[in-house]
Amino acid sequence: MIKEQAIFEAGMEIMRRAAIDIPEDYRSGIKAMAEVEANELSRFVLLSMIENWEAAEEDRRAMCADTGLPRYFVKIGNEAGIEGGPVALERALRQATADATHEIPLRPNRVHPLTRQDNNNNVGLNAPEIEYSFEPDADWVEVTTVHKGGLFGSDYRMLFPGDGIGGIKRFFLDVMYEFGRRGLACQPAIVGIGLGGSKDISMTLGKQAACLRVVGDRNPDPEIAALEEEFKEVGNNIGMGPMGFVGSSMVVDCHIEAGYTHTGGMPMSVHTFCLSSRRATARIMADGAVEYCSDPKWFTPYMRREGIEWTGTATDTAATG
Amino acid sequence: MDGNGDGHGGDGLRRKRLQMPVGPEDLKGLQLGDVVYLDGVLYTGREGLYKRLLVDKMAPPVDLASVSNVNFHCSPAATVRDDGSYEMGAVTATASFRFSAYLEDWFKLSGCKMIIGKGGMSEADYKTHFVPNRAVYLTTVGYGTGALLGRGIKRIHDAHWLDDLGIAQAMWVLEVENFGPFLVESDLEGNSLFERQNREINKGVEKAYEGLRPPALKRYGETTSRDDEVV
Ligand code: SF4
Repeated sequence: MIKEQAIFEAGMEIMRRAAIDIPEDYRSGIKAMAEVEANELSRFVLLSMIENWEAAEEDRRAMCADTGLPRYFVKIGNEAGIEGGPVALERALRQATADATHEIPLRPNRVHPLTRQDNNNNVGLNAPEIEYSFEPDADWVEVTTVHKGGLFGSDYRMLFPGDGIGGIKRFFLDVMYEFGRRGLACQPAIVGIGLGGSKDISMTLGKQAACLRVVGDRNPDPEIAALEEEFKEVGNNIGMGPMGFVGSSMVVDCHIEAGYTHTGGMPMSVHTFCLSSRRATARIMADGAVEYCSDPKWFTPYMRREGIEWTGTATDTAATG
Repeated sequence: MDGNGDGHGGDGLRRKRLQMPVGPEDLKGLQLGDVVYLDGVLYTGREGLYKRLLVDKMAPPVDLASVSNVNFHCSPAATVRDDGSYEMGAVTATASFRFSAYLEDWFKLSGCKMIIGKGGMSEADYKTHFVPNRAVYLTTVGYGTGALLGRGIKRIHDAHWLDDLGIAQAMWVLEVENFGPFLVESDLEGNSLFERQNREINKGVEKAYEGLRPPALKRYGETTSRDDEVV
């Protein structure tokens, strides 16, 4: 049985790690970009960021004062037991959010959308968001926190099959220009694209692709993987770099997640995970031991439902539905 | 660019270190793209402060000009300790384009000569409001250099209207040392580094979109030209 206190402590630790320690995959991605960036202003921005992450780690202070929206992604092993159930888990994560905000400190960013009431702890109505997934043959619980910044850098559009790959590429370019200028998106970004699904799931897939897959990771579908490589290239060749300066550093990596969608449509979302790509994961074992890392490995074959129950027939569905 | 720089391995960018309050000669020497570090006292102020002072016409909590002539569009990651003292972790600017409407009255009231923020304002704003007031705009870098800026803060003199405006919007008076880096975004003539860079980038837009048809379903929109900015 996993205890509420263990979840709370792990929650505190990943809040701290996410806020202070830039994930290694993102850091080495930016270092590689700084080496090839030919524009002096763009290169200066990249080098300043690398210095900033070092300062954050040395001082144990937050890397960016904009906390973004701290939130959680929880993967529960099919065999895992949580003392007090999922309600206890949520209580622990809400408490960790509030305590970490005060202790690190983080900027209390969460306010009521109308009254602008701020509880000064990043907790409130429907906040922090907690999303779930499950994993067969596991008895651990994995909690990831993401502090996603940016009022800018995401967009959604309903495309249609006739728009084709060209339409997808065009919308991708639109978002790069729209939010790249003046660096509104705080690029170079991990760009996440959600293709298909229902409208809301298209947004969710794109967001998770940006925030939960590491730099260098490729989609297992070779066609989608090729598109990821191509879009990374395209993004880095529009002549723009960090802060919207002339340069070649826009996209540190591109991740695409697809979901079966309406036969008539092709919904698409684009998200950018910024120069403070903050994520941290804790795997809490049944015996209370905890392992920390910065790669959530969120998109497992089960998570994508790759090939799972694809061969069910209409009659099966009718019989059980 | 000439190189009287001392930092980052001869990158060709000029480095400047200025004492606040900033003087007219300091500002004259600034060119677009210079890297600037600051010493002295500045204060934070954004929509919360602007609204109270300029819309609700409340009296300032302190004589602004006597505090500093540098206004930072920022809200810090700060906390008030149990003993009432403050702790400031990281410091990051907020996007300035939203404060355009306040500029005219703000310069009149504050006597500000330097605004620091995220992402700059429009060249039109610089020409209309900054140039007549002989003021310049510096942008933060990244924009995530919160830890570097946090390091530059030596002392927190005050947090005016903290109870009314909250941590994010209060007027923080900060004593800083080697505070930066910032980049000169507007000069005394009202030129904008961002807009200059945009004009360069726009030369490649047509080629990037070559062969890509507009989508089947249109959207209502305020701009359709990819040469435009959305701010
Ligand atoms: S987008 Fe990211 S780097 Fe930029 S200010 Fe927000 S959290 Fe910081």
